[in-house]
Amino acid sequence: MTLQLLELNLPTVICLNMIDEAEAKGIIINIDKLSRLLGVPVVTTIAHKGWGLNQLFETTFKMGHKPVKSEFLTFSKDVEQVIQDLIEHIKEKKYSKKLNVTHRFLATKLLENDQHFIDEIKKKDMEFIKAVQGYQLQLEKCRDRSSDEVISSERHHLSMQLYESVVKLSKPKKEIRNYLDSVLMHPVFGYIFLVVIMYLFFNFVFYVGALFEEPLLDFFYKFLPYAEETLGADSLLYHIVSGIVQGLAGGIAIVLPFLFPFLLGLAFLEDTGYLPRVAYLMDTFLHRIGLHGKAIIPLILGYGCTVPAVMATRILESERDRFITSVLTTMIPCAARITIIFGLVAFYLGPKAAIFVFIFNIVVVAIAGKILSNIMPEITPGMILEIPAYHVPSIKILLSKVWLRMKEFIVIAWPLLIIGSVVLSLLKHWNFEGFINQLISPVTLLLGLPVAVGVTLIFGVLRKELSMVMLVQALGATDISTVMSGTQIMTFTIFVLFYVPCVATIAVLIKEIGSKKNYICNYF
Amino acid sequence: MIVSLTDVKAGSKVRVTRIRGGLGIRQRLSCLGIHPGDVMLLQKSGFMRGPVLVNIHGNQVALGRGIATKVLVEVES
Repeated sequence: MTLQLLELNLPTVICLNMIDEAEAKGIIINIDKLSRLLGVPVVTTIAHKGWGLNQLFETTFKMGHKPVKSEFLTFSKDVEQVIQDLIEHIKEKKYSKKLNVTHRFLATKLLENDQHFIDEIKKKDMEFIKAVQGYQLQLEKCRDRSSDEVISSERHHLSMQLYESVVKLSKPKKEIRNYLDSVLMHPVFGYIFLVVIMYLFFNFVFYVGALFEEPLLDFFYKFLPYAEETLGADSLLYHIVSGIVQGLAGGIAIVLPFLFPFLLGLAFLEDTGYLPRVAYLMDTFLHRIGLHGKAIIPLILGYGCTVPAVMATRILESERDRFITSVLTTMIPCAARITIIFGLVAFYLGPKAAIFVFIFNIVVVAIAGKILSNIMPEITPGMILEIPAYHVPSIKILLSKVWLRMKEFIVIAWPLLIIGSVVLSLLKHWNFEGFINQLISPVTLLLGLPVAVGVTLIFGVLRKELSMVMLVQALGATDISTVMSGTQIMTFTIFVLFYVPCVATIAVLIKEIGSKKNYICNYF
Repeated sequence: MIVSLTDVKAGSKVRVTRIRGGLGIRQRLSCLGIHPGDVMLLQKSGFMRGPVLVNIHGNQVALGRGIATKVLVEVES
């Protein structure tokens, strides 16, 4: 990689990060020698502790305007000859000036069959491409491999030479973390630990979340009667205000208390290096539904909030994988839907029924994944995943990561949440409920639910957790078991679980995968 | 004897001889330091058709089944 950069002849400073890790592995690098051989300054840093960063900036600043000459970079004779010939050819045509790169860089890139540069030149000069193909053939003949392999192995050879001349190996320090993997990635114990860690993780999230949720909700709902008094219970203004307050409260009191510990815990798992190991462990299972291990991360996130989960699909390489995973995450119960499961099923039908709902959900997600990947039978690029060594994460980095992800939620989802609440309030104000109930009565009757439930389903599109609150209001009874049978509660919950995702999710889906596909998503 | 990476027992040292498949796979593997001619240690072979875990130049890399079958290796004693 670095050698490719040097071929560009731009001002360069090399930064060797995580030098402490290298030393722990027994790798000692002769910095001066490396710097002399490459002809550029080399700085060592340990970025997560902030060591050497000042020096890095200073050196970078000094280097800012000095172009480097890295003449020593030569491959083996026969390969080098082909490159030099091509360089001569390029010089005649003056392509490198037009594309703003050095002759040598362009030559190697063309020999490697780099799509970008080939296309760039194809537009203008087909003959030149033919000449390049001739050179590629020449390389292939002398090494009996495709030309890009020849170049990359030459480069690799060069870097190994460099490595040998500047690195001294000593015995690596024995460490506990080397043994950690033999347990955590064990084919049997690995999964047991995975389950235990996930259990602790979700317990932590719900414990912290519940701790903050109630006092915060109380605080906001105290404000409502006050507004009712001053503005009058039926005024339009009151409904708008109460909508805004409910939207704010939903964000601060319901979502944030769960989202914060969730993201914190996730960032912790990520920075310690456990998350890639989860991906490794889960690859076997996700493979069955046509995805690979990395897709587990958005799926886990989905249990917190679908919005960051859909965003997390960015870590997947292929568009198809991103799409399938996004669709699946919308079906995973988010914190709001989990409250419905707990509030309705666990409360009225017992914890066993709630566990059944979760398992049923996972089964449906798996089947849906299987169907989707059969509809789109493209071959996934397969998983290539670097598994980093375990680290002790730094609190500063954890918090800034959490903040970054929270910001995405606050900017995108929250405004919609507030708007949704206001719309809800206005509907209540103009008594649209009955009308809506009539409109979707075919659906509710089909599901065997009371007609009055209809309106809560519509509201559920705006705010998931509201469908439960609204259910109480719509049925006019605090004890739901008196008006709905066990089966009805079950149907209601499962329906809420799988139907249209909330407005905020739809917004992110549009942003991430485009509106056309969003439409298909919602269909599910 | 040249076999695919999936047919090697865990714990054996292997030398990469060839990488079947397109430019994309070769480039991504070379970014992680896997080229023909490199020696790597197969740490874990996939259980239940899972991914394989290799140690290359001191780094751990997990390769999905699909990719591992495309990596042809020679077992070094």
